[in-house]
Amino acid sequence: MAPISLQVNGTSHQVDVDDDTPLLWALRDNLGLTGTKFGCGIGACGACTVHVDGVATRSCVTSVAQVGVKKVTTIEGLTSRRERAVQQAWIAEDVPQCGYCQSGQIMAAAALLKENKDPSDADIDAAMTNICRCGTYQAIRAAIHRVARGG
Amino acid sequence: MSIPTRFTRRDFVATASVASAGLVVAFYLEGCAPGEALPVVTAKPNAWLRIGSDDSVLIVVGFSEMGQGVATMLPMLVAEELEADWSKIRIEFAPADAAYNNPLFGFQGTGGSSSTRAAFTPLREAGASARELLIAAAAKDWNVPASECHAEKGSVVHAASNRRARFGALVATAMTLPAPAKVPLKDPKDWTIVGTRTARLDTPLKVNGAAIFGIDVRVPNLSVAVVARSPVFGGTVAKFDASRAMAVRGVKKVIQISSGIAVVADGYWPARKGREALDIAWTEGKNANVSDASIAALFASKAKGPAARARHDGDAAGAVGRAATKLEAAYDAPFLAHATMEPQNCTAHVRADGVDIWAPTQFQTGAQGLGAAIGGVTPDKVKVHTTYLGGGFGRRFEMDFIQEALEISKAIGGPAKVVWSREDDIQHEYYRPASHHRLTAGLDATGQPTGWTHRVVAPSIMARVFPQTVQNGLDTETVEGAVEMPYAIPNVHVDYAMADTGIPVGFWRSVNHSYNGFVVESFIDELAHAAGEDPYEYRRALLAKAPRHLRVLELAAEKAGWGTPLAAGRGRGIAVYKAFESFVAEVAEVSVASGGAVHVHRVVCAIDCGPVVNPAIVEAQMQSGIVYGLTAALYGRISIDKGRVVEGNFDDYPMLRMSEMPLVETHIVPSTDSQGGVGEPGTPPVAAAVCNAIFALTGKRIRALPIGKVV
Repeated sequence: MAPISLQVNGTSHQVDVDDDTPLLWALRDNLGLTGTKFGCGIGACGACTVHVDGVATRSCVTSVAQVGVKKVTTIEGLTSRRERAVQQAWIAEDVPQCGYCQSGQIMAAAALLKENKDPSDADIDAAMTNICRCGTYQAIRAAIHRVARGG
Repeated sequence: MSIPTRFTRRDFVATASVASAGLVVAFYLEGCAPGEALPVVTAKPNAWLRIGSDDSVLIVVGFSEMGQGVATMLPMLVAEELEADWSKIRIEFAPADAAYNNPLFGFQGTGGSSSTRAAFTPLREAGASARELLIAAAAKDWNVPASECHAEKGSVVHAASNRRARFGALVATAMTLPAPAKVPLKDPKDWTIVGTRTARLDTPLKVNGAAIFGIDVRVPNLSVAVVARSPVFGGTVAKFDASRAMAVRGVKKVIQISSGIAVVADGYWPARKGREALDIAWTEGKNANVSDASIAALFASKAKGPAARARHDGDAAGAVGRAATKLEAAYDAPFLAHATMEPQNCTAHVRADGVDIWAPTQFQTGAQGLGAAIGGVTPDKVKVHTTYLGGGFGRRFEMDFIQEALEISKAIGGPAKVVWSREDDIQHEYYRPASHHRLTAGLDATGQPTGWTHRVVAPSIMARVFPQTVQNGLDTETVEGAVEMPYAIPNVHVDYAMADTGIPVGFWRSVNHSYNGFVVESFIDELAHAAGEDPYEYRRALLAKAPRHLRVLELAAEKAGWGTPLAAGRGRGIAVYKAFESFVAEVAEVSVASGGAVHVHRVVCAIDCGPVVNPAIVEAQMQSGIVYGLTAALYGRISIDKGRVVEGNFDDYPMLRMSEMPLVETHIVPSTDSQGGVGEPGTPPVAAAVCNAIFALTGKRIRALPIGKVV
């Protein structure tokens, strides 16, 4: 079987995996990009959220074959000013506790803020469906509003 | 106790011993020749602090960082007394070593909301000793009296001559000096770091994917394993056929280990596919017929049988029997899984000359002992590398996942990482014990309680973990919070009937307080309503001699606007509870939708935990503990059928999400009383506060969790 080509964080990578391999495991085990986390394997928790062509996507239920030539961005690849602003807001609000879900939370928030520069609480409730077992939701909400205010 | 400790960091060149306070402050110089071994240091070392010639201050954190903030609060304690420049502080997690034992436990482990309390004095002493040593070094270099020098922001200053030296410049001289005498600690009014909202040191690493959790560990030639375990608790492998699994691309080996069959592969996904291709026949064993119904029947029989007495004041049964008003209730709480966001995992490398364990563990010396036993080496040959923990909540006090990695590595002769799926994690747990409670109370003609009895029926965690602590059938932890029921009632009887269900049980955030908080604070609410009194005022009167309970109760009620009108369709409930030496009151504001779904809009929390190290972290822990308890109260249930767990993932074991998050407001009581923990005490009161609010709103008393729909 021929290696599969993946476009991740602006670079083309060859990964030698089966077509049905979830993007999550290609990122983690083959490319060493461990910032994207495994939480549930059924797309329910969002710890594995990445951007595929700019859209927040649960990589644990998205196979490498489905991704194809689309552009994948992981937490390690956030580079735009707006994306950095999300990370800075997370720092300013001191959001993380254990931190395990936060890569996925930030990827989800970055995708939300790209579409909606000033989301309401209801918008945040609708878009931010990722699970945080430490209960940092209040701080996440504050961080998203902080980005909208311009930091 | 004298425990030899061998420092092996390549960049250590010398140590300076500060013997007076039983401390060792180790100094190192950057850029020196590597490979120089340090002398063995004896004399009860607390090797928490290393100051570099580059002015860096490295603080070795002996507790596990699982979100509760120890990797920030412990450095704050050291830095406060050291007069360090906070921007220079770096951290490293300690190896497994008796030097880092939790003084409250006698071994190296993180739990019981104990870390900051345990470290509060020793780590300040470590910082103070190092500060005095650096001052002495400066005094010697400048030939001035040490009493004329002081430390500030990472430097020692001699004001009279306007001289100033960074700590790094003083290291060489400090190493040559004798230990200072015991150093008095700063007056709390002079604190500049402790007590402030200092930003967490681990946040930057947790917003860019750089923090390394156990599951992220990568070492050369690493194999990844997934294990098939008996679906029935206690079951064993009868026979298995690995041929189809071995045909999966990327699968390298299939081996039997003590917990089941391990599929070893290039990565997680081939290992998962290999496991799906295994053919295994299980011997299901003695638990094959255990079900929710059989457990309920066992609990019901234990509720009537003999029990171990835990508290016995006066004649509670007689007082209830003679009372003008009698109350009787049964309460139930289910098994619960921890569901840490990071599924269980561990990486191990067992070699003839030693063992390495990389683990998100709450129990370092336990891991070390296990590594020694399985590796066939002495414990000093076992290196435990503690990673960040993607949640702990007590689950990572267990070592089942560590044992698997060790066994697999030993069998394959190379490094191995075992990774659990979410289903593995939910279905092969050490669960929060299910419990059943029978309570009675008697009220006199004025509504005042005259007697209270509480029978706790539950499995015992300690019977497995520390069986020597169970005496005459009494595991005192199962009745924690029930025995300390704080209300002034003249006749009280609390007892415990152990009920071993065959389902493994373990420490879950706030442990048995998690159910006793619900039961005690719900039943006292029943008493208040039976007496026709306001549940806040009723509690308040009965807590007149419990000042710390009273303070948080009054503060939470005041901040919540207790007694003020609520929006239509809202109800308010209150609960107050002491756990882990901290006192917490919570007021919940709820509504119930037409379909019966409960929404919690707001929780006002008041805590008295004694002196506060970092109020921002206390607030975060209250939010966290409340969400953890609220998730359990609303949804949490592990069901048993045919000896197996029914639930498997977040679709059938749901978690609270953003849209359900109440506004949590935390108010901290300024307190110089004894210090308590903060990681767990927020959890126990919330179920009762919510259920009491539901009662206030609907008149429906919730006596069994989870709440589910209220119809």
